[in-house]
Amino acid sequence: MEQQEFTLADLARILLDAAGAVEGAAFDEGIVDAELEQLGYDSLAILETGSRIEREYGITLDDGVLVDARTPRAVIEVVNAHLAARAA
Amino acid sequence: MTAAAVVTGIGVVAPNGLGADDYWDATTRGRGGLRAITRFDASAYPIRVAGEIPGFAATEHLPSRLIPQTDRMTQLALVAAEQALADSGVDPAAQPEFAVGAVTASSSGGTEFGQNELTKLMVRGGNHVSAYHSFAWFYAANTGQISIRHGLRGPSGVIVADEAGGLDALAQARRNIRRGGAVMVTGGVDASVWPWGLVSQSAHGLTSGADDVDRAYLPFDARAGGYVPGEGGALLVVEPADAARARGARVYGELAGYAATFDPKPGTGREPGLRRAIELALADAALTPGDVDVVFADAAADLELDGREAAAINAVFGPRGVPVTAPKTMTGRLQCGAAPLDVAAALLAIRDGLIPPTTNVSPESRYELDLVVAQARPARVGAALVLARGHRGFNSAMVVRAVA
Repeated sequence: MEQQEFTLADLARILLDAAGAVEGAAFDEGIVDAELEQLGYDSLAILETGSRIEREYGITLDDGVLVDARTPRAVIEVVNAHLAARAA
Repeated sequence: MTAAAVVTGIGVVAPNGLGADDYWDATTRGRGGLRAITRFDASAYPIRVAGEIPGFAATEHLPSRLIPQTDRMTQLALVAAEQALADSGVDPAAQPEFAVGAVTASSSGGTEFGQNELTKLMVRGGNHVSAYHSFAWFYAANTGQISIRHGLRGPSGVIVADEAGGLDALAQARRNIRRGGAVMVTGGVDASVWPWGLVSQSAHGLTSGADDVDRAYLPFDARAGGYVPGEGGALLVVEPADAARARGARVYGELAGYAATFDPKPGTGREPGLRRAIELALADAALTPGDVDVVFADAAADLELDGREAAAINAVFGPRGVPVTAPKTMTGRLQCGAAPLDVAAALLAIRDGLIPPTTNVSPESRYELDLVVAQARPARVGAALVLARGHRGFNSAMVVRAVA
């Protein structure tokens, strides 16, 4: 099975649907290491985003794995690791 | 000595006007907001006419972050709260940390959000249900989201008593002010013009099945055939009179008297509790019936319930003893939003010396009410009485009066 890649643009799109946009900041490379909570996304926003990623990509993220991934970069890495594991 | 609680800010979201100015302009001109339901195909439902707020797009009023986590009732409530605070001139951030609170009423919770998520649960499975379903449909969602958005950490709560709860919330805010709270955001906004919200109401058997908007909701009329539901309500900013005076705030009026009663068990033949609620509210305000210049009626548009309300009013004021009006003929019954909106209308009637009309109604003479119909009636209004009844026995009455 070909491995999909989960990108910052994918995260931005899903986060926007799940929890709305951050006020006054573009969700781009400049915030890839910012803490999601500092950007205005609380634990429920992360939970909802994780649920949508699971549905769209057909993966299962363990409870808490996204809560521990505190930045966009960390979330992308976690999701890509799951996609790689599935493709292997 | 207890502090007088005065209203310094009004926010309105109503089917015939968004914002207090638009609502009051429409209401005093007799321009109603009932219409054939447009937000979903209601043709197969027992209710096909409602008071919808037309063209409300939450994204035009609220930050994007709040949209996925809120029901329409909360989106409307957030707009009303923002209006009320802006109108009052109160900046919660400039107040002591625990000095500003929120008490709202709720009747149904978030029926649109709830129905949509339960549909996903049953059709597509649990992993399709929004995480925000954990709170978005709660009764307390409006109080919570208003508090979070404006940083209100003072005494807060939510009251659930059907339509009567709208007055009970204002009364609870008044209690909090008397206990030393500085400022309260209070009132109610409901939004149940959605299948689940409507069938829940039609199950009572008290809603109107009419298709003609001008004949659908006719309280105190011989043709009365039930009420039309609507969405919206009002939120008020209430604070101690001396604090309002000290900061030079414009004061609409005082929440001067309040009482709540409960009806006796059906079938006992004992008198319903509404008359006692009126008398107790007048006593609380230290007013006599002769001091009241207008009554905003509950206006169930049910022959039996209208008769009971007229009997209670006449027992206190005498037949045709006081002008009575029901501007909710222009909005429908807004559940817990109805009475706070009537309180807002009463305060604006005091300001402008104008009693808004009860539209479309030909008064049934046997009720012996001086019903203000057809057009607004100029009158000096120093004190107004607002009545609200909830399904299965709740009665609340509130007196508002001008502040010298």
